[in-house]
Amino acid sequence: MTQQEWPLWEVFIRSKQGLDHKHVGSLHAADAAMAVQNARDVYTRRLEGVSIWVVESKHIHASNPDDAEAFFDPAADKVYRHPTFYDVPDSIKHM
Amino acid sequence: MLTQDFTNATATSATEPSLLFPFVLQLADTSLILAHRLSEWCGHGPILEQDLAMANIALDLLGEARSYYQYAAELEGKGRTEDDLAYLRSAVEYRNPLLVEQPNGDFAHTVVRQFLFDNYHYHLLKGLKDGPDTHLAGIAEKSFKEAAYHLKWSSEWIIRLGDGTAESRQRLDKAIAALWRFAGELTTPTPAETALQDIGVVPDYAALLPAMQTYAAQVLAEATVPEPTAVFAQQGGKTGRHSEHLGYLLSELQYMQRTYPGMTW
Repeated sequence: MTQQEWPLWEVFIRSKQGLDHKHVGSLHAADAAMAVQNARDVYTRRLEGVSIWVVESKHIHASNPDDAEAFFDPAADKVYRHPTFYDVPDSIKHM
Repeated sequence: MLTQDFTNATATSATEPSLLFPFVLQLADTSLILAHRLSEWCGHGPILEQDLAMANIALDLLGEARSYYQYAAELEGKGRTEDDLAYLRSAVEYRNPLLVEQPNGDFAHTVVRQFLFDNYHYHLLKGLKDGPDTHLAGIAEKSFKEAAYHLKWSSEWIIRLGDGTAESRQRLDKAIAALWRFAGELTTPTPAETALQDIGVVPDYAALLPAMQTYAAQVLAEATVPEPTAVFAQQGGKTGRHSEHLGYLLSELQYMQRTYPGMTW
C-alpha cells in the first residue's frame, strides 16, 4: 500500500459574532468535512470560536518575499492615504 | 453546594434514593471506564488531530462521570465521596456494561465501540434530560450536547472506514464482528432499571430502540456495510459479571489511590 499524506488545510476561526475569521493554524485532513471536524477538536477546545472556515493550503497563493520591496515600500511615504488630516467635530464620539 | 443540590433533587423527585443509586452508579461507571479506555490512546492516536479528538471525548465522559459519582454519593448518603466510588471499589462492584471495558484494539475497534455506545448514550440522554429527576435531568442536559458531537464523530469514522480503502473496510468488518454482540446489553434493563422505568424516571429502552436502529442502519448504509445479523447479546457487566479486561483496567486506573491512600494533587 502506498502511504499517502492527507493534504494540509489552513484554519480560520471567528471568535465572536461580528468579528472576522482569523487564521489560527493548520492541520491535516482527508477532505473538507474532516478538516472542519478536526479544526473543532484542535482549535476550539477552550471556547475560542463560534465559526470555522477551512481552506486547503494549496489554494492559498502568497506574495513572493523577493517582491517585498516593490510591493510594500512605496506605501511608506504616502501618509496622505491615511484619513488623519480631518478635524473631527466635537459632537462626534467614539472615533 | 452539594447539600443544596441534594435538597433540590429530593424536593423535586419522589424517587427513592436507594432505588436511584445503583442506576446513577451504573451511568457513572460506564462513562468512567470508557473515558479511561479512550485516554489510553493519548499520545498513540493515528494522527495528531484524532489523538486530540479522542482525548476530548474522554474528557467529556470523565466530566459526566464525575457529576454522576457526586450525585450517587449523595443518594447513597453513607459518607462515601465521588473518589471513593471511582477509585476504591473492586471489579465485581462496577456496573458498567461489558462494551465499554473492551480493549481499544486498532482504531476501527475503538470507533465501533464508540459508535455503539454513542448511539445508545445520545438517545438515553435525550430521554433523561426531560425526566422527572431534576438532578439527573441537569446532568443529562449538559452531556447531551457532548454526546451529539461524539455520535457525529464516530458515525463519520464508521462511514470513512467502511467506504474507504480495502484495508480500512476489512478492519471495520473485523471490529463489527467482534463488538456488535456487546450492544444488546446497553438496552436490556436490569431489575433496577426496570423498576425505575416503571415509575417513569428512566426512559423505556424498548421505546428508544427504533430510533437507535434506524440511525445505525442509516450510517451503515452510507458506509456500504451490510447490517450485522442478529447476534447473541453478551451481558453481565451491569450486574457485576465482567470480562477479564476490567481487572487490568482498574489496576491501572486505581493504582495511585491504592498505593498512596488518600493522596491528592
